[in-house]
Amino acid sequence: MKDGVNGVTLGVFIFCFLAVTVMGFLAARWRRADNEHSLDEWGLGGRSFGTWITWFLLGGDLYTAYTFVAVPAAVYAAGASGFFAVPYTILVYPLIFTFLPRLWSVSHRHGYVTTSDFVRGRFGSKGLSLAVALTGILATMPYIALQLVGIQAVLDVMGVGGGENTNWFVKDLPLLIAFGVLAAYTYSSGLRAPALIAFVKDALIYIVIAVAIIYIPIKLGGFDDIFAKASHAFSQVSPATGKPRGALVPPEAGQWTYATLALGSALALFMYPHSITATLSSKSREVIRRNTTILPLYSLMLGLLALLGFMAIAAGVKVTNGQLAIPQLFEDMFPDWFAGVAFAAIGIGALVPAAIMSIAAANLFTRNIYKDFIKPDATPRQEAQVSKIVSLLVKVGALVFVLTMDKTVAINFQLLGGIWILQTFPALVGGLFTRWFHRWALLAGWAVGMAYGTVAAYGVASPTQQHFGGSAKEIPGIGEIGYIGLTAFVLNIAVTVVLTFVLKAVKAPEGIDETRPDDYTADAGAPRVQKELAPTA
Amino acid sequence: MSETPEVRPPVVTPVRVIITFCLVAPFVALLWVGSYAKTDPAFIGIPFFYWYQMLWVLISAALTMIAYKLWLRDQRGRTSQKGGEAK
Repeated sequence: MKDGVNGVTLGVFIFCFLAVTVMGFLAARWRRADNEHSLDEWGLGGRSFGTWITWFLLGGDLYTAYTFVAVPAAVYAAGASGFFAVPYTILVYPLIFTFLPRLWSVSHRHGYVTTSDFVRGRFGSKGLSLAVALTGILATMPYIALQLVGIQAVLDVMGVGGGENTNWFVKDLPLLIAFGVLAAYTYSSGLRAPALIAFVKDALIYIVIAVAIIYIPIKLGGFDDIFAKASHAFSQVSPATGKPRGALVPPEAGQWTYATLALGSALALFMYPHSITATLSSKSREVIRRNTTILPLYSLMLGLLALLGFMAIAAGVKVTNGQLAIPQLFEDMFPDWFAGVAFAAIGIGALVPAAIMSIAAANLFTRNIYKDFIKPDATPRQEAQVSKIVSLLVKVGALVFVLTMDKTVAINFQLLGGIWILQTFPALVGGLFTRWFHRWALLAGWAVGMAYGTVAAYGVASPTQQHFGGSAKEIPGIGEIGYIGLTAFVLNIAVTVVLTFVLKAVKAPEGIDETRPDDYTADAGAPRVQKELAPTA
Repeated sequence: MSETPEVRPPVVTPVRVIITFCLVAPFVALLWVGSYAKTDPAFIGIPFFYWYQMLWVLISAALTMIAYKLWLRDQRGRTSQKGGEAK
């Protein structure tokens, strides 16, 4: 980062970037269907993806550039506590095995494009559906912003964009270009673009990780040395907190935090609109179940990646901004050309999820705000058009976010986003299995969870930040330190259950349920699947 | 099969108990952090805490795979029992 730009590294990076750009535009022609101007086509890729495409798409979607930068960065900073991402991604799969096929089936029968569509149909409540949609959009925006932060980290280490002393336009130009390209092909190709690019992204990532996990330890003298050095570094007392920097194994007091973070994050992951978009684009319910058995390959990769955090310590990488630790490690360790490949992997790794997230947020806006509240008689063509434009607006918003505000703001909001999105779990997953919950109780539970989560997160201080200093806080009544999102979630369920009893006792109107029990188990090809794809209400 | 359509297969069957076990086991193993929060025994220099959790990626994938196969068989059994009625 100090030695200026490396031509070879930059050249390889730009080459990879150009290659995926071409792919992104060509994707519009890939598996094109007859009714191309509908939200089903643009926003869900025609609901046609098989096992492998879904695998790449979901993998490309869930394991984002930010993950690749942030997980090892957390391990680099504090050791064991950053490793919770591994149990988190393990627990995700048994969960989705259980509930996502039901969501897929009911969505296919009724033509639902978003989770809010389902919530509205199941509970007959536009208010609840709006709450879910707004939560989804709010949680997704900072996530997109963080993808751009991921690209920035790579560009910084490569030395393009200059340091603090260049003027803002030159500094941000590479990011603006990357962004413009992303916006253009998402607009023209919809979900097909990230699906196709995900192949390249994942192939690059797998190659880079495989090489890194073998090559770097050999250069550093084996894992024994790496962990010995890391252990030594973690035992140093930090002057800011008066405590050791971290630990190789979570201490007794940190175990609740570790477990609740893993569980809470696992529950939240598939509430995010972009995960659902990628799921609904698959062509049958079996594709989803089959995927839960092969997606853990990504978790393994994530675990190996997290170990890079220790290698960065052992290699003596010293960065003030932890986010730069891994890109810096790559630059220090790899030959120039391979550093270019590694950077391209992270950069492209940012484009795929950013595209899917903006599509997912746009779908939410179009279906659950525009169509429900502004223009109920919108045609499928108009829906697709609105979605395309909103996907642009969402990205511009994220860009403005990154360029005008401090990076920590995006990270704070991302942390809040995770807490918020978890509060839609009772309405969505609860709704998939039972109609017992009352819609107003769900709305109240959601509001309580959101309020508690926000206030609690605001009150967490860290050595560097007065507010939003972390996502863990003392759990009221238990006294251990746990993930705020999970505490808010438990509170949410408690309020929902109590209020459901009350509302049922006073016979509050339940709303109309447009789904039937057999909607939840239907597979592609079964009668009535597809038939009702014509937009209802 | 000459069963009357009213006879439904039981909801809880041994196969389904095994499926549930396969899906619940990772939660028990991984949320019980105290059971693996230690450095020894190390594997090629990697502390126990890390390799054990990565091993669970594989175990959990295998368990999900078993659950999936059993589920398919369970579903096939049910459809054939119902005969043409579901079509």
